[in-house]
Amino acid sequence: MAKLNINGRVREIAVEADTPLLWVIREQVGLTGTKYGCGVAQCGACSVHFNGEVVRSCVIPVGGIKATDRIVTIEGLSTNASHPVQKAWAALDVPQCGYCQSGQIMAATALLKKKPRPTDADIDEAMTNICRCGTYQRIRAAVHMAAESAAGTATVSPGSPARVPARRAKSNAAKVKA
Amino acid sequence: MKTIIDTPNLSRRHFIISTVVAGGGLALGMSFGAGATEAQTAAADSEVNVWVVVKPDDTCVIRIARSEMGQGTLTGLAQLVAEELECDWSKVKTESITAGQNNSRKRAWGDMSTGGSRGIRGSEDYVRRGGAAARILLLQAAADEWKVPVVELTVSKGIITHAASSRSTSYGKVAAAAARLPAPDAKSIQLKNPRDWTIAGKPLKRLDTADKLDGSKVFAIDVKLPGMLNAAIKQCPVFGGKLTSYDEAKVLSRAGVRKVVKVNDSAVAVVADTWWHAKTALDALPIVWDEGLGATQSSATIAARLKEGLDAQEVYVSRNEGDAIKAIAGAAKKIEAVYSTPFLAHATMEPMNCTARLSAGRGEVWVATQNAEASLAALSEESGLPLDQCEVYKLDLGGGFGRRGGTQDFVRQAVSIARQFPDTPVKLIWSREEDMAHDFYRPISQAKMSAGLDENGKLVGLLVRVSGQSINAFFNPALTTDGRDERQLQGLYEKPGDGQLGYSAPNLRTEYAMRNTHVPVGPWRGVNTNQNGVYMECFIDEVARAAGTDPLEFRRALMGKYPKHLGVLNAVAEKAGWGKPLPPGVFRGIAQFMGYGSYSAAVAEVSVSPQGKVKVHRMVLAINCGHAVNPDQIAAQVEGSVAYGLSAALYGECSIEKGRVVEQNFHTYEIVRLNEMPKVETVIVPTYDFWGGVGEPTICVVSPAVMNAIAAATGKPVRSLPLKNVTLA
Repeated sequence: MAKLNINGRVREIAVEADTPLLWVIREQVGLTGTKYGCGVAQCGACSVHFNGEVVRSCVIPVGGIKATDRIVTIEGLSTNASHPVQKAWAALDVPQCGYCQSGQIMAATALLKKKPRPTDADIDEAMTNICRCGTYQRIRAAVHMAAESAAGTATVSPGSPARVPARRAKSNAAKVKA
Repeated sequence: MKTIIDTPNLSRRHFIISTVVAGGGLALGMSFGAGATEAQTAAADSEVNVWVVVKPDDTCVIRIARSEMGQGTLTGLAQLVAEELECDWSKVKTESITAGQNNSRKRAWGDMSTGGSRGIRGSEDYVRRGGAAARILLLQAAADEWKVPVVELTVSKGIITHAASSRSTSYGKVAAAAARLPAPDAKSIQLKNPRDWTIAGKPLKRLDTADKLDGSKVFAIDVKLPGMLNAAIKQCPVFGGKLTSYDEAKVLSRAGVRKVVKVNDSAVAVVADTWWHAKTALDALPIVWDEGLGATQSSATIAARLKEGLDAQEVYVSRNEGDAIKAIAGAAKKIEAVYSTPFLAHATMEPMNCTARLSAGRGEVWVATQNAEASLAALSEESGLPLDQCEVYKLDLGGGFGRRGGTQDFVRQAVSIARQFPDTPVKLIWSREEDMAHDFYRPISQAKMSAGLDENGKLVGLLVRVSGQSINAFFNPALTTDGRDERQLQGLYEKPGDGQLGYSAPNLRTEYAMRNTHVPVGPWRGVNTNQNGVYMECFIDEVARAAGTDPLEFRRALMGKYPKHLGVLNAVAEKAGWGKPLPPGVFRGIAQFMGYGSYSAAVAEVSVSPQGKVKVHRMVLAINCGHAVNPDQIAAQVEGSVAYGLSAALYGECSIEKGRVVEQNFHTYEIVRLNEMPKVETVIVPTYDFWGGVGEPTICVVSPAVMNAIAAATGKPVRSLPLKNVTLA
């Protein structure tokens, strides 16, 4: 049995403790935006946010996860794909087949939270997910574009989409504690 | 409720995949083959012809027969149809037809196969005619309604106008009447001149991006059906080996396990409630294999076999113009070099998978396929059901690159497993390890290249000997009698059109020594243009150096008869600034080659560290694909070719030990990541007098341009791939 806070909702899930988080998200919870690509934390297709950090969910057994840990998947990132990263991805037509893009977007959003104006070197270091279609050049450009647009809107509206996941996760954490 | 794939209104059959938002969480619910019937939808939507369905709200649904795997074909085909249809692009939607629909309507949509970079060039004519025919019918319906001659009507963005009477109507209003009219005379259809294109030829946004950004896109691996079971499979690790036995008692009591299934002579699967249960039970299942003769094979035995082919007396001679052997023997200067390239896996991001459901008199599969009709045939053969009782629900592919075309091994396996569970859908997913260990690999080959120069450094003879495995011998042995196989010499052809060699030599000979192995081989993005591009383009650089001539100038001198090859070479040289100064430590390499009906050239800017580490800083590529349907998507394919080609150049290798593939996941089969991606600049130089491919052509110039730049940096030619095995320090 695992108690998981996924996208702001705490669920009790009957599952063996050694089951990787990825497969619980996909098979028990039914959120399939998080992908299986390698099972050994190499490709990043399974990337989700875990307490605000990007992690590779294919190697995290659910047994070690507490109900207070906040897990956000691509489906919980924003409403209507409104995160600046998602918007930049759309503006630059980043995806080709699209299979790795959930993971790429989760990695990019985690990067921007830590470094709102990343350099190319920051992007090199943070964006280590594999894309076989080869969308890397557009990913780099889209991360920069998202950083610029987030910087532009954040001062105007503190409730800009970029902050939605964080706020949602926070309120859910409070609920769990209560 | 939000519909994410909505492909109804194919009027004959119906399927809907939908996501249901429920209770604050997102639950995926899907129903296939159920829902509205033809009668219910016919009133709303009008099938003007097989390619175009118009809704009352003026939405134009364009049907797509080819597979979308990221290459942008879906958007490009829609642009071509919409261009002739003269509809409002903002009101265009697409839907995929199924193989069953195509079968039941006598292949009204033609070939569904999506490979060889033929998605657009192989269907552009008839899909454009389909769009034009629909426009003619819609205009005629308006003319009939207004009782005016159709020639008095004009149309723009789906609005039909009769200027003389100041009347106008829209496609949505006349579609029902248009659908009842007989098809126009094919001879009356005049396609637009590309110069007049307003939708095609433009860098429009892809139509299929939105659901790739929020996790809502359903790939085949995500399919979920009521009562579905999951299967994991293990095939004999040695190619050609057989399954001897397994001890199912050891795993049957594990959580969720339903059954252990012998799939065919060489594979076993565990079926369980979840895939994770199936996979872990399979890992725990004791299996005995009869590994067979293949187990004696290794990279070393295979390399020795290919090496023997380089000098074998018996060989297939393809081109034989003049007497190259004699000319080289008598030349003032002789150059000879031996090159080699390894087996490569496709490693699509979405591992192989297929969901199958077999019921009495009905077989269905849900699958990512490059050839839905081949999937249908595989389903029919494996299930024993006739074609008209079978259906293939094609989902967009999480990468194809040639892996998901002809073989359909995953479909056969899923059907074989599902046969044991009547009326129950079973989803088979391969682990990444299985995916890499049981690919149809890019064939391994070596080449001995020989050339002769006269006293003035002019090329007098060129001899190419390729020794290696044949794809045709594996898939269609009938095509390869007596060791003949033109396909393994792709890109070296005399004949124009597909993969013509762009150089003249007074004496020229090309030879192929077929040396097959026990390893399954198949098409891999760019297929044999990759290996042959490396051999020819690296060797031409070596010959140019021997002649003391700049590699660009040396090439130009051989290309007088090949203006289109020369055109892209010149374009890339100009854009890259060939000959202009570079930052210290950075060197250039150049290459040109032809494949898939298109002309490609590349310049790479590379540095090599004192430790021998290669860094590719910038690549400029030029392509002439004849017609440029969507320039931004052509650029995307060029960028993708660089990433895919560079992974192969730097790291790609499937080595063989004890008959099996050593590299089974991304830690050993390394892929170029963002930090290694060079800046890519694409130059598109379409001449609009032919239709060439886009997805594959440019990959073959990536490796040789990089290798030639490395040779410029180190002074030593690079003759084998991957570079991780080559000492450059």
